[in-house]
Amino acid sequence: MMAFQALLVRDMRLAFRAGGGASLAAAFFALVSALVPFGVGTDLVLLGRIAGGVLWVSAALAALLSLDRLFQADYEDGSLDVLMLSPLQLEGAAAAKILAHWLTTGLPLVVLSPVLGLLLNLPPPGYFALIGSLIIGTPALSGVGAIGAALTLSIRRGGLILALIVLPLITPALIFGAGAVMDALQGTGRGAFLFLAAFSVAAVALSPFAAAAAVRLNLGG
Amino acid sequence: MADFFAMGGYAGFVWPAYIITVIVLIAAIVVSVQAHNSARRSVQRLEEDSGENGESQT
Amino acid sequence: MITFLANPKRFLDFSNAISPWLAGLAAVLLGTGFYWALFATPPDYQQGQTVKIMFVHVPAAYMGIMIFGVMAAASLMGLVFRHPLADVGAKTAAPLGAAFTALALLTGSLWGRPMWGTYWQWGDARLVSELILLFIYLGYIALWNAIDDPVRAAKAAAILCLVGAADLPIIHFSVDWWNTLHQSASIIRLGGPTIDRSFLIPLFIMMAGYTALFGWLWLIRMQTEIFERRARSLMMAKGA
Repeated sequence: MMAFQALLVRDMRLAFRAGGGASLAAAFFALVSALVPFGVGTDLVLLGRIAGGVLWVSAALAALLSLDRLFQADYEDGSLDVLMLSPLQLEGAAAAKILAHWLTTGLPLVVLSPVLGLLLNLPPPGYFALIGSLIIGTPALSGVGAIGAALTLSIRRGGLILALIVLPLITPALIFGAGAVMDALQGTGRGAFLFLAAFSVAAVALSPFAAAAAVRLNLGG
Repeated sequence: MADFFAMGGYAGFVWPAYIITVIVLIAAIVVSVQAHNSARRSVQRLEEDSGENGESQT
Repeated sequence: MITFLANPKRFLDFSNAISPWLAGLAAVLLGTGFYWALFATPPDYQQGQTVKIMFVHVPAAYMGIMIFGVMAAASLMGLVFRHPLADVGAKTAAPLGAAFTALALLTGSLWGRPMWGTYWQWGDARLVSELILLFIYLGYIALWNAIDDPVRAAKAAAILCLVGAADLPIIHFSVDWWNTLHQSASIIRLGGPTIDRSFLIPLFIMMAGYTALFGWLWLIRMQTEIFERRARSLMMAKGA
């Protein structure tokens, strides 16, 4: 347990350093969301209708940003080999890293989202759904993303491949998350939160095992 | 005959669908068979070479 | 039988014996199927002659999904049971699966155009799921190509395939759910609610033909991969 905490704190500290990715992801999230009106025009009604989806897509892309170094940094300097031998096992280490990624990348996105919602003229009923869906859904992004990060850790400039393999896998989160916002705006209730939560729970529970298996194959274990 | 080619007015959809299908299937066959032949030839060549050099073939 | 074939030499003998038959079977089935579909099927009372596209779209879509299932089984055999040729099977099946899926998307688009008025309809859940499947195929192939060490690449691809296979039903469900958002009352699904009986036999002939074709191409691609690996090791021996 102490080892888990130690790894968690260490990863979080690293994330907040320059080049660590935490603030980078938040900035990217804001930037991409702000770019959308330039692309689709200033029709406030239109922006309000698409805000939920736009923010979810930007959040997914931003969460991807800091993922490629999740395991790669430790792989390169040998820390992964040490982690493999620790009482944590690779599964525990992966879980700690996923949690650290969510706390340093996912949560900031959640905090930023209502501000960006204002920017995109999201109507008032949508805010609770936006924040709620992001809180529930971003752990899935971190979990599935970690699997991709582990699979690509030996690839130089693996960030693009990581995005290519992770994005299709997280479409359910995107669909249910943006769908939750749309439902809130339209007054329909189709269980989006429930399905999103189920997806996230499954992703968070299973991804440490898949990620650990992927790390192991790269360590030549 | 002209009726058949016209496909009830949908010729612009039915024929491209079939033509694309045939093209893709034939391309898959050609690519696979050519790769197969060239790979088999290189193994044969390499095995003959190492045979001539007196190394045992497995 | 699968463990019997684990030995490359035995696999080569087996596939040399079987593949001409598969090729012949594919030729007969596809020849019959194409002829029947084009010349001997009536127009559908709703879709007219566009229903003929079903005979090339449905088999392609079916193959795209079936091949991914085959890859998942092969990935499992390789990862868990350490079958020596499993990764060869998975790797060589992928481009075929991607090609069939792309073909399904192209023919599906042409099939839907007369009905939907557009070349793409996000409201067709099956087609949208197939689009995501195509991306998963491409990511899988990219991963194989990006990792230098073939042993690592095989294991990584296997993990990705299994994760993808587990996710695919969820993706399909979510896309289906997503479509309930758009109040399109009409059934947008390609092919409508039911398929007429007289279409079923040529459809099954086509599906069997596509399967036989895949079986043949898969076997020779696996042989190709085995030859290429042997060639590489022979070249390295010469260099030494």
